[in-house]
Amino acid sequence: MKALCVATAVTMAMAWSTPLLAASEPPPGVASCSGCHSSNAAAGSPVTRLYGRDANEIVTAMTGFRDGSIPATVMNRIAKGFSDDEVRAIAAWLAAQK
Amino acid sequence: MGISHRISRREFFGASAAAATALTFPLPAFAQAAARVVVIGGGFGGASCARALKQIDPKLQVTLVEPNKTFTACPFSNNVIAGLRSIEQQQFGYDKIAAGGATVVAQAATGVDGAARTVTLADGTSLGYDRLVLSPGVDLRYDALQGYDEAAASKMPHAWKAGEQTLLLRKQLEAMEDGGLVVISAPANPFRCPPGPYERACLIAHYLKTKKPRSKLIILDAKDTFSKQRLFQNAWKEFYPGMVEWVSLSQGGKVNAVDPATNTLITDFGNHTAQVANVIPPQRAGRIATSAGATDNTGWCAIDPVTFESKSAPNIHVIGDACLAGAMPKSAFSANAQAKVCAAAIATLLSGGTPASPKLINTCYSLAAPGYGISVAGVYQPKNGVLADVEGAGGVSPADVPREFRAREADYAQSWFTTITAEVFG
Repeated sequence: MKALCVATAVTMAMAWSTPLLAASEPPPGVASCSGCHSSNAAAGSPVTRLYGRDANEIVTAMTGFRDGSIPATVMNRIAKGFSDDEVRAIAAWLAAQK
Repeated sequence: MGISHRISRREFFGASAAAATALTFPLPAFAQAAARVVVIGGGFGGASCARALKQIDPKLQVTLVEPNKTFTACPFSNNVIAGLRSIEQQQFGYDKIAAGGATVVAQAATGVDGAARTVTLADGTSLGYDRLVLSPGVDLRYDALQGYDEAAASKMPHAWKAGEQTLLLRKQLEAMEDGGLVVISAPANPFRCPPGPYERACLIAHYLKTKKPRSKLIILDAKDTFSKQRLFQNAWKEFYPGMVEWVSLSQGGKVNAVDPATNTLITDFGNHTAQVANVIPPQRAGRIATSAGATDNTGWCAIDPVTFESKSAPNIHVIGDACLAGAMPKSAFSANAQAKVCAAAIATLLSGGTPASPKLINTCYSLAAPGYGISVAGVYQPKNGVLADVEGAGGVSPADVPREFRAREADYAQSWFTTITAEVFG
């Protein structure tokens, strides 16, 4: 029981010491996207806005850019730097943004 | 907030050993008061980082130290030199960063005491920090080319920090007679904006072709290769035949000295006397980085590729042009990407966590002519202690594509500038 208490306390301390961050922690790579893809809907850029976009659409686009089946100027070069798992994590995070 | 948590947990666990364990678990600044992060430098790196820190954790006390009330952006400033754009289109303020909760201090930082964790300001006051971010950009090395000091720069502009210098170079080009010689001196690596001198050559050549077609432009280079080289060289042939000449290092292009009195650039192979001389000198990290103990013998700042923490100065992070970011070039895009990764890492560190290994992207557009854009891109991740290229990703625009492709990249260049300046300052 005492051991359980210690474990619980440590777990709680860890959870407490990283408030909110863990749940919404952006996956590797996603911070760079807003260099070109505006996070602000009002920006009026011709470059596709990704925040709030359907995750499957983002995965399909990135996969198509990577294998060359969707033509692109620069996204083909960038998509090749990300694995399927990374793309899925990035897409899920972007889809969850407002 | 920390106190009330502590009491409720004491009540929950009573006086058991478990409670003691929980209380001694690392709970830094967070448990006492909001952690303090000071960011020095309000360019694409520092302004992005200050803003991102407040977005990630609104409780952080974030202070942005930047003496200028207006930021003048370097990307697209070659268009200002060529008369294609006004300097006002390059300028941004810090109101939105302040509105986001960061305190903006309009002073120069004059020193850093890493042991006391304080930053000294020009007025003699100081700021304490738990974590410090340095984003000071570059200092031009006025000790590198004989004869090229700050006074010489008012005769032979570098125009490598946007603002007065940009306008000076533009005025000199406007005042030059048709048939004049323009010389650009480009430094060895590493330096701010690797494709910049060559884009500048293109856009100045565009101005000359349009307004002063008998003129010539020579690039004296301290390198044998440069960014987007084939694409630029193709564009010189296509758009500015007979007008642009590139002299590489091995052809004698390295400028060793200048004479501002006669506007002469001196190499081992001879002298070039120009009507307009644009001397882009070697560079180093902004000097506050040296005060902080964050520079190495190259004059740049070695960093941990996960957190951007200095390898020599604990609790001090360096982002943007001042840091040695491995394969990442010194660009505004890189600085912005690094700023966001660094902000997340700092928030994680301050809350006792371990930052995850990041991935970063860079994309740099250049204009070889109005409506003709080319790009280089890369994806980076920590490998063997530095940020390395992710193999198989990145590269430059293809060599043989329809003109429509170049036009789209020119449009994307413009929309990148609009987006990134809105993300950082808007």
